[in-house]
Amino acid sequence: MTTADTTPLAYPFNTSDGLQLAEEYERVRELPGLLRVQLPYGEPAWLVTRYADARLVLGDQRFSRAEGASHDEPRQSEGQTDSGILGMDPPDHTRLRSLVARAFTVRQVEKLRPQVRELTASLLDDMEAAGAPADLVDAYALPLPVAVICRMLGVPAEDRPRFRVWSDAALSTSSLTAAEFEANREELRAYMRELIERHRREPQDDLMTALIEARDGGDRLSELELVDLCVAVLVAGHETTASQIPNFTLTLLDHPDQLAQLRARPELVAGAVEELLRFVPLGSGAGQARYATEDIEVGGTLVRAGTPVLVAMGAANRDALRFTAPGVLDIAREGNQHLGFGHGVHHCLGAPLARLELQEALSALIARFPGLKLAGDVTWKSEMLVRGPRVMPVAW
Amino acid sequence: MTAMTWTVRVDPQLCLASGMCAGAAPDVFALDGEHARVLADGIEPDERVLDVADACPAQAITVHHGSAVVGPRRD
Repeated sequence: MTTADTTPLAYPFNTSDGLQLAEEYERVRELPGLLRVQLPYGEPAWLVTRYADARLVLGDQRFSRAEGASHDEPRQSEGQTDSGILGMDPPDHTRLRSLVARAFTVRQVEKLRPQVRELTASLLDDMEAAGAPADLVDAYALPLPVAVICRMLGVPAEDRPRFRVWSDAALSTSSLTAAEFEANREELRAYMRELIERHRREPQDDLMTALIEARDGGDRLSELELVDLCVAVLVAGHETTASQIPNFTLTLLDHPDQLAQLRARPELVAGAVEELLRFVPLGSGAGQARYATEDIEVGGTLVRAGTPVLVAMGAANRDALRFTAPGVLDIAREGNQHLGFGHGVHHCLGAPLARLELQEALSALIARFPGLKLAGDVTWKSEMLVRGPRVMPVAW
Repeated sequence: MTAMTWTVRVDPQLCLASGMCAGAAPDVFALDGEHARVLADGIEPDERVLDVADACPAQAITVHHGSAVVGPRRD
């Protein structure tokens, strides 16, 4: 067991101009114990790269997110802001989450499939009509999840250019000062407050109205919790899926045998999406540190109470102790309990919706364009928590 | 089993092993295999367990009071 305080390694390892998993992870995963890392801001942390350790840290109540608020949390940007529902522990977290969870259950989300299918078809019609080349991000990957989450939550889709800027800033790791970060968040909150007031006057059949009822009728959440929950659903509800649609497309184009198999057997799409969720390391690094609330041994390291632990999901998803041939993309893989959506109480709320959107988006895209190919250089998002193309020119 | 006792069940066919329940209420649920399981035969009524049943992404958890299903809650 190691507890030695060595000089922490600079983190994150992944670069933003691609989807590779940094080689550093492979080396670290083989070493005993956890690795000491230092992010650009905040205190040093332990880094978890193995699957079993990741499940322990994410799934055990002795690791707290709320504790981070009273520490100098490891982070990629200067501003340390309260991360809303992602910064809470049970039972507060469970109370808030239960209010939104019902809109995102497998059963509820499945009802949206026909709408999502229609949307993909209409976006592909537009792409085809405009002719190649097209920017897959702007023409397809972004408008699809934005339209779906806007309709669900009750946000006008035509406001997309406005909240795109705020949403980008919320997930940015760039040199925004703490004050700029704060200003951006307040603008987004003000926008959401305005929409909430409009919904109070004219209730709709949407998630925002349901949350307003839980607040006004049941007193189950505070006004600020209501605002921040709507903001979180809007931001988290499109940015990640919008990144993964081009990421998955690019990964399949890089693995022509797997793409051919999926074209030949479209019924494999659900498994293909799970495998892509495992294989593609979306994050530029790990965030949302968990603080040990007591001394706990993790993977051969004694984590002292009050110290933060970061989980590198992308690395854990390629752990050979859990996955056979972890570096191989195999869309027919079985027993694929990946950590692409995290694990434990903060397991992605929108996972069922993301799965459905990714399945529909990929199926429709490859069926429509048998000759789909890159038509120029991909421009990558830089300084963002999630990686993905900013522009991806495609032809067919 | 007293009249006020609740029974909690996890449907292994529906469970996605998100770890949501075991993380939120480790005294009631455990996830140590492919699917979550319930640790206690009967529990005292507990709002927290209803929240967990509501929050399960797979809606695999049901809470029973006698023959009535009290969770997940319906609006």
